[in-house]
Amino acid sequence: MDFALTCPIPIQQYPTVVMAHGGGGRLMHQLIEKMFVATFGGEALNHRHDSAWLELPTSRLAFTTDSYVVRPLFFPGGDIGKLAVYGTVNDLAMSGARPLYLSLGMILEEGLPMETLWQVVLSTAQAARATGVQIVTGDTKVVDRGKGDGIFLNTAGVGAIEHDLTITPQSVRAGDAVILSGDIGRHGIAVMAVREGLEFESTIESDCAPLAEPVLASLEAGIEVHCLRDLTRGGLASALVEIASTAQVGIHLQEALVPVREEVRGACEILGFDPLYVANEGRFVAFVPAGQADRAVQVLRRFAVSEGAEVVGEVLASPEGLVVLESVIGTSRVVDMLSGEQLPRIC
Amino acid sequence: MRFVEEYRDAQAARKLAEAIRQVVTRPWTIMEVCGGQTHAIMKFGIDELLPPQVTLLHGPGCPVCVTPVELIDKAVELASRPEVIFCSFGDMLRVPGTKGDLLSAKAAGGDVRIVYSPLDALQLAIRNPQRQVVFFAVGFETTAPANAMAVYQGKQQGVTNFSILVSHVLVPPALEAILSSPNNRVQGFLAAGHVCTVMGYTEYEPIAQKYRVPIVVTGFEPLDILQGVYMCVKQLEEGRSEVENQYARSVRREGNRHAQDLIRDVFEVVPRKWRGIGEIPQSGLGLREPYRAFDAEQRFPLTTGSVEEDTECISGLILQGVRKPHECSAFGTRCTPEHPLGATMVSSEGACAAYYRYRRSGNQAAS
Repeated sequence: MDFALTCPIPIQQYPTVVMAHGGGGRLMHQLIEKMFVATFGGEALNHRHDSAWLELPTSRLAFTTDSYVVRPLFFPGGDIGKLAVYGTVNDLAMSGARPLYLSLGMILEEGLPMETLWQVVLSTAQAARATGVQIVTGDTKVVDRGKGDGIFLNTAGVGAIEHDLTITPQSVRAGDAVILSGDIGRHGIAVMAVREGLEFESTIESDCAPLAEPVLASLEAGIEVHCLRDLTRGGLASALVEIASTAQVGIHLQEALVPVREEVRGACEILGFDPLYVANEGRFVAFVPAGQADRAVQVLRRFAVSEGAEVVGEVLASPEGLVVLESVIGTSRVVDMLSGEQLPRIC
Repeated sequence: MRFVEEYRDAQAARKLAEAIRQVVTRPWTIMEVCGGQTHAIMKFGIDELLPPQVTLLHGPGCPVCVTPVELIDKAVELASRPEVIFCSFGDMLRVPGTKGDLLSAKAAGGDVRIVYSPLDALQLAIRNPQRQVVFFAVGFETTAPANAMAVYQGKQQGVTNFSILVSHVLVPPALEAILSSPNNRVQGFLAAGHVCTVMGYTEYEPIAQKYRVPIVVTGFEPLDILQGVYMCVKQLEEGRSEVENQYARSVRREGNRHAQDLIRDVFEVVPRKWRGIGEIPQSGLGLREPYRAFDAEQRFPLTTGSVEEDTECISGLILQGVRKPHECSAFGTRCTPEHPLGATMVSSEGACAAYYRYRRSGNQAAS
């Protein structure tokens, strides 16, 4: 598929999104035809029907949805369009599913520059192409100026489950190894740095990336994956606490083994943040039997997105429902969820 | 990372812990003054490394915790005014007053913004001449120079739409209040390294002498704290009560003179109420006469008066080291970070929040 790199909606005509672009009339039709269908393409969209017809290779499906709000819309390493594709694709991948189809709902704020919308649409299409999913249905609404934050996106995704495993938190058991796919904390710090105008010596880029490939490769290699979880808001700590609590096992994490890049570590020190709780958009944890951990790490490291995979901890029977962190100075403590987002501290 | 990793070395930590074990012969109770130290102690489990004879008590050095509840109410009232952009450091936003917190004021339509420096708030005022920008000036001597600088520059530049809601407090009067209390258990202090970076430590020397307590100016990394404890225990064992400086890589005896001059130019020492403790004479800072126009309490007609605190909350006793968080009947049940009764449960540096976050599994290890 070729992409037109200039905006197909004549800018001089409507340089910004107006209410009529969501009004069901000619302007909306033009936006959908010229910008969305032309860019996302595909057979299902070309039917121009109220719903998409899908061909499914398996009877077991994974189905998920997520909404995306981020300020700024563009940040180092990604943008809202990429997030909306990768986020939902990653949720499918965490069931071990092969992502196939996405829906795309857009809520646009009146006054949004058409060029901004175009850049997001382009990026969304590129992300979809890179992950091998098709955008098969969509929706557009426009809200009054001041009632949105530029663009809100919602994607729902369908994926095919081609394995017989039960990949859930309940499947985690004592004796599992905890594998982390790479360094943590980059997305949260990257977005925050742009939003708050913080400057560090080097630009910190979001880790925003699709995760299906390494997951599917692990399954193809016969790794008996017990649980997968992508680390988004709340970071590594919150993901592990949730799993420990659901599976009623004790997750023992080695702080010294958790990779955090120098610049992220520095930013966290300045802001009083703990990288364990900072958001990621391209990282996951995998729980696999300890005996298969080395092999799983080898498979994951074949892919750029998970080339930093490491075993960072183990699952024991106790303490039930808790995550215990062995700190860098060799002491241990319980890791809890935060009550809200981390707030920069005073001094 | 330089200046961090070398102070978090497991082997060096064990060595220092061993040195403390070697020197200690009987029970000692030491208070770390600063909330940042409390946080580090809990986060790294430093107290686990200490011999059973050494008890650490957590001091009043958490600005979020000691800001009186009526100041929070005043902040909420100011933030609710349509012409005001209310700026604050992030961790003040969740502190409950009697009429909710600043996050709720924001949700109700108030323009509440997190800033990283009072100078950012001043810039915001310059960029928004039609609005009133108020900065919540809380903190100890550590944040006072930057707050003083914002007011000083505001005056120099003739900015008329910038003001600060002042709740500055000082460490030495709080130490004296603790030491002169009949319930006092504290035998030695780890003084707050960052406060002393600004103020130096000469003002601690008469306190150490008068009350015969060793005071060790201490940093915030695990090895700093362990070394501070070692120096303090050694003094106690040897019957000395001196001011020593563990944090020499940042602190000089005379402190930062430029910062002190600026503080003295803009602020004067005033009596101040501490949340949970009550009023301590000469324990805070207020704006001097030439800078009064920058005082938000003068600029706006506020209706918030004196406010009674929740009686169930024992944060005052915790801040004075009389009780530990898990000795409170509300701890972890009626009082949690989601529904805090008092500020020590709100701030990440508050002793209760630190206990809750890092020790929830029965808190056996905490006693």
